[in-house]
Amino acid sequence: MSQDFSRRDFLKVSSTVGVGLVISVALPYKERLVAAGIVENSFEPNVWIKISPDNKVVITLAKSEMGQHIRTSIPMIVAEELNADWSQVNVVQADTHPDKYGSQSTGGSGSIRRSYMRLRKAGATAREMLVSAAALKWEVPASECKAYMSEVIHSKSKRSLKFGDLISLAGKLDAPIDPILKDEKDFTLIGKSLPGLDTVSRVNGSAKFGQDIRLPNMLYATVLKCQTFGGSLKSFNAKKANKINGVKYVFEVEGGIAVVATNTWLAIKGQRALDVEWDHGDFHSWDSKKIKNMMETKSQDKAVIAKEVGNTKNLKNNISIESNYEVPFTSHATMETMNCVAHVNKNSAELWVPTQSPQRIQSSIAEKLNFDIEKVKVNVTLMGGGFGRRLWSDFIPDAVEISKKIKKPVKLLWTREDDMKHDFYRPASLHKLKGSLSDKNELISWEHHIVSPSISGQRSPERFKNGQLDRSAVNGANNLPYDVPNILVDYVMSNTEVPVGWWRSVYNSQNAFANEVFIDELAYKAGVDALEFRMTMLNNSPRHKAVLRLAAEKAGWGKPLAKGQGMGLAVHESFGSWSAQVATVTVSKTGELSVDKIVASIDCGIVINPDGVKAQMEGSIVYGLTSTLKGEITIEKGAVAQSNFHDFELLRIDEMPKVEIHIVPSIEPPSGAGEPGLPPVAPAVANAIFNANGKRVRKLPIKSKDLKV
Amino acid sequence: MPKFTLRINKKTHRINIDADTPLLWVLRDELGYTGTKYGCGRGLCGACTIHIDGEATRSCMTAVDNVDGAEITTIEGLSTDNSHPIQKSWISEEVPQCGYCQPGQIMTAAALLDRNADPDDEDIDSAMKMNLCRCGTYDRIRKAIHLAAKEQK
Repeated sequence: MSQDFSRRDFLKVSSTVGVGLVISVALPYKERLVAAGIVENSFEPNVWIKISPDNKVVITLAKSEMGQHIRTSIPMIVAEELNADWSQVNVVQADTHPDKYGSQSTGGSGSIRRSYMRLRKAGATAREMLVSAAALKWEVPASECKAYMSEVIHSKSKRSLKFGDLISLAGKLDAPIDPILKDEKDFTLIGKSLPGLDTVSRVNGSAKFGQDIRLPNMLYATVLKCQTFGGSLKSFNAKKANKINGVKYVFEVEGGIAVVATNTWLAIKGQRALDVEWDHGDFHSWDSKKIKNMMETKSQDKAVIAKEVGNTKNLKNNISIESNYEVPFTSHATMETMNCVAHVNKNSAELWVPTQSPQRIQSSIAEKLNFDIEKVKVNVTLMGGGFGRRLWSDFIPDAVEISKKIKKPVKLLWTREDDMKHDFYRPASLHKLKGSLSDKNELISWEHHIVSPSISGQRSPERFKNGQLDRSAVNGANNLPYDVPNILVDYVMSNTEVPVGWWRSVYNSQNAFANEVFIDELAYKAGVDALEFRMTMLNNSPRHKAVLRLAAEKAGWGKPLAKGQGMGLAVHESFGSWSAQVATVTVSKTGELSVDKIVASIDCGIVINPDGVKAQMEGSIVYGLTSTLKGEITIEKGAVAQSNFHDFELLRIDEMPKVEIHIVPSIEPPSGAGEPGLPPVAPAVANAIFNANGKRVRKLPIKSKDLKV
Repeated sequence: MPKFTLRINKKTHRINIDADTPLLWVLRDELGYTGTKYGCGRGLCGACTIHIDGEATRSCMTAVDNVDGAEITTIEGLSTDNSHPIQKSWISEEVPQCGYCQPGQIMTAAALLDRNADPDDEDIDSAMKMNLCRCGTYDRIRKAIHLAAKEQK
């Protein structure tokens, strides 16, 4: 057997009696992996398989669970190749480590698509080693043995051994460099709607979210921050707060004023009792109107070209139409507000955080405290929603600072008001579109001019100081799928003090709204059915066509509708997946809108857990509908005007349309599922409204007063 | 500090605490019933819903001095073995996504089923519409309540 070094580094195999076979795909050795041809070119999430003598398989998850059921789907992939008995599989959350697992960030609908092959290889490696171990024991060729339901079977001699009985021998074997993956048609787990491994804990209160962490001697804290963006603390008086029995400390931290008490209620009461004078800064004079005006003015500035095909100018014999679209800031509003439990000791720190980005927390806190990175332990808890908000760790340093100062563990909790006013909001945007039809009603020209704040530009302005393009901001606009001979997509950055961030589907939500409503306007202008108009221009995009066809067919596109009803459709590709949606709405004469039904299709390649994909689609539709119909963040006096769910409303169950999800069968590699269902929602609803009563919606959220006939 | 006697999930707790403390924080911080969640603190989202004498109630808006002696049930006390019809149907329909709002949804749904053994969609919407879910599990909540009603028959 070869003692190939790089191979040994790839799979560190150890077997100790009582501990079991531990196969870890050690990813810090990127170059060696690439050289060995084992991975292509990135260090990504990876897996730990631990099989114990009792035949239990524990799969370590280095991604964060926020409701997308990654704690079920990633183990499914590993267990599939391992041929493990699913009922014996458990999942544990990985510790946070700079490089042991590759990237531990969870976002961009990327957990499965970026790790699918690597997870399969990790499972297959373990399976081949167990099979080899059994073959050695029985002195038969490995090719005569196979793994099945956590056993290795030699059918010729009718012998079988449990994985757990093979671990010590398997652990002495070299790992195969290139394990043979299963044929997809032999999958027994992938493609099945298996129940979530965590579901039971979520119906009996035992699931532990960040806010549920309790430590001995722990105190509870709030932090009051200046609501005006860019403002700072001038002075404060804590007399009243300190008088509250149970308020232990009030002091200034980097983010504002910390109130530390013996329970959360007292910390909230203390916060409310503070007398504070803020220096509101320059942004205090800004409001939504001023931002809108600034964006309008900016729209005249020189734009950065994102895509240019042919020449959109000087076209002859054409009919042109122009439309402007507006999308507001909106908030993530995760049901669980931001929070962090921190326990800082003299030489070490431990944190419990519901986070999508644990490694960034670990490294930044190690730096802040001047500790070695291994002295900062970051425990990733379950999250009450993420949606991109928990990629940010803005609330962590305050928790750490408080614990360090009081020398006790502390739970920092943001109230809903803190959370609403200190988000990283989905960027507001302005879209100016111009399209031209030939005299044969073919779309011959498309211009999409985008004005919006840049998430990357706000984070790292130096990257854009010479007018570079923020490619993220044109996502979903620069990849227009339609065959148009002349295209121009460009972008103007319009940053303000309002913090902007990655919000479910990121810029795809705004850009798809503009694209797909405008294409509907052009179809109408051309006098062509909205589905047909799209289909004739999708000759280079078969997967767009397939999702459109599926959604339209299932929804009964073109069927007669009741009075006041309308049907609209939209299609969009994002995160490597395709989704089309057909919305059916009813609009009353007075403008009252009811979204009756949404029929959605998705092509996300091979599906690991169909019910999980359906849930993600349902979730994307509800999240998208909230931002289509409500959920607007506005700015007054340089601060967010909304504060809680009375003025930042979410969709409610009585507004929930009937939803149907149809998955395109596919053998393509898996792609994103958490976000691609969102971008088509708003344009499908807007187009359905036009179909219902001829009112063209170009601004979100849709308001009833604008729909009156 | 005043003394209260709380009956929670059929157990008796004696506690010294400010009379204005919302029950939510007594449950979570003082007694460790963390299944009941904080979402808004103003009775707007339903994440903190518990039963007080069988009625679905917002624990964030209920001061502890109002429940002295009352029968309080939290998600932890709905059943000892996940066997409440609503819990069973929630599992069967795979309702939860992140799960954070679900204790509140479940407690509201359980109270609905107690007073209406066979709710229609309208009954469900009217009972459940003050419980927010950001993950978008509404469609499954409806299905699960229907299923629980059917199974209970």
